[in-house]
Amino acid sequence: MSESFDLVVVGAGPAGLAAATEAAGLGLSAVVIDEQPEPGGQIYRAVERAARGVAGDALGEDYRHGAGVVAAFRASGAVYRPGLQVWQVEQEGEVLASDGESTTSFVGKRVLIAVGAMERPVPIPGWTLPGVMGVGAAQVMLKASGIVPAGDTWVAGSGPLPLLYLAQVAAAGGRIAGYIDTTPPGNRWTAAAHLGGALRNFPYVRKGLALRAHLKGSGIPVEAADAVAATGDGKVERVRWRVGGQWKEAPCDLLLLHEGVVPNAHVTMAVGCAHDWDDRQRCFRPHLDAWGHTDIGPIMVAGDCGGIEGARAAEVRGRLAALATAAGVGRITAEERDRRAQPLRRELGRHLPIRAFLDTLFAPRRDLLSPADDVVVCRCEAITAKKVRDAVAIGAVGPNQTKAFIRSGMGPCQGRLCGLTVTEVIAEATGKTPGEVGFFRIRPPLKPLTIGELATVTPAG
Amino acid sequence: MLRKLPDPAGGVVTVIVEGRPCEVGPNDTAAAAALLAGIGHTRTSPVTGEPRAPFCMMGVCHECLMVIDGVPSRQACLVTVREGMRIDRQVGPRALQPAGADAHV
Repeated sequence: MSESFDLVVVGAGPAGLAAATEAAGLGLSAVVIDEQPEPGGQIYRAVERAARGVAGDALGEDYRHGAGVVAAFRASGAVYRPGLQVWQVEQEGEVLASDGESTTSFVGKRVLIAVGAMERPVPIPGWTLPGVMGVGAAQVMLKASGIVPAGDTWVAGSGPLPLLYLAQVAAAGGRIAGYIDTTPPGNRWTAAAHLGGALRNFPYVRKGLALRAHLKGSGIPVEAADAVAATGDGKVERVRWRVGGQWKEAPCDLLLLHEGVVPNAHVTMAVGCAHDWDDRQRCFRPHLDAWGHTDIGPIMVAGDCGGIEGARAAEVRGRLAALATAAGVGRITAEERDRRAQPLRRELGRHLPIRAFLDTLFAPRRDLLSPADDVVVCRCEAITAKKVRDAVAIGAVGPNQTKAFIRSGMGPCQGRLCGLTVTEVIAEATGKTPGEVGFFRIRPPLKPLTIGELATVTPAG
Repeated sequence: MLRKLPDPAGGVVTVIVEGRPCEVGPNDTAAAAALLAGIGHTRTSPVTGEPRAPFCMMGVCHECLMVIDGVPSRQACLVTVREGMRIDRQVGPRALQPAGADAHV
């Protein structure tokens, strides 16, 4: 079964929804395919329900902005196909998506990859224990299910999200035992050089300061630390953190980690798009032009999967990609595209200058990027950093060789949780840059698929 | 560890987590149901046998692979609950079903 559109969008977050809304407004046929049952992506997860639910007020005004984005999409006439997992994108513009039983083929004159960000992997001792999760994971549960921490929950990490989550949990009536702030103190000096850009988005800075003030007034203990570990027998029982060379510890039955977000680049990697190493964000991002075109004909990218810029910038990127699509398929002229893009580029100019400040202020510490020998790097295959270093010592020249040598990246997550760490460990061991080392070669299917389903797929055309 | 805020308008769905009935919301995921049921771990690693549990809740980490209504290797964080859904731990490598066998047995 195959369906054809001017624009096929993968991902129903702010970038994908705004792109489809804009495209439909320009008279294009557009479809949004998403693996979640409701539109909004992770940032606006369940925003239609939350607006009337218990958690809605606690989640704050930035979250509620998403209700407008979703409403505009619902009214746009674009087709919405939730609950589908994209497991392959062809370079010619075909997208294969599974509902768990059968696969549908979507063919687009343009395909917009808008699959957003994921939390940066946090390889610390004990991070595979049950009860250790991402702060983003916990926030998803708060948004989608109204679930809050109740016992000895500790948050450990750095960045805007832990501060936001602590405030949201407090407002929703949950309980956090303490916050371990792992932001390297030296970061503030390097970040100071980018303060000018930050102040160009003063409302954002003001919100950040308000979250810090809220944390101070909340009575939640805040511990500065340069290392964190989880311990326990079969589940997390204690959290340990190091301050001034001394280890401290506390009882803990839920440890929430966060060290920033990185592009969810597996789809663009699998398609074969060119990627650049982003040294400031310590991640790979697809090589894009100002409209979101990759180096592969019909494949475009918008939002955080093209580099972390935040939800509001993602909306603008989505609309720019829609304009480029409309011009590309002959619906509007290039002049019309450029005219409509002008206010969007001005808006982007308000959202982007703060990123350098945030990226440097919350830059992850070195031993998180390339962890100590005994730390598990690849969760699926239980591969430690030492095994990766040993593989390099006996001749593995890059991430793909470590797959063959030690199976890192060969488990069900296909390297999503270890890819960047394996790259960083190899870069450190070989004296190369991460960009020179490169990333795992990502192959289809991108999601678990039964052989029976694969056998029923009929290629388009 | 975790608790669900009361939601008077939310409705209730009963799922069977590791053989025990558990009341959750109609929009909750199978992974959230397993965490609320307090079963601790949701799978054991096929490599080391260690217990594992959901980590990312957004379809990335694949730690939440569970057996749902008899079908192994489902990403439980991407499956919305249904009345009577059976949600079981995946112990070690997922079982291979011989052709024609009833996957629900």
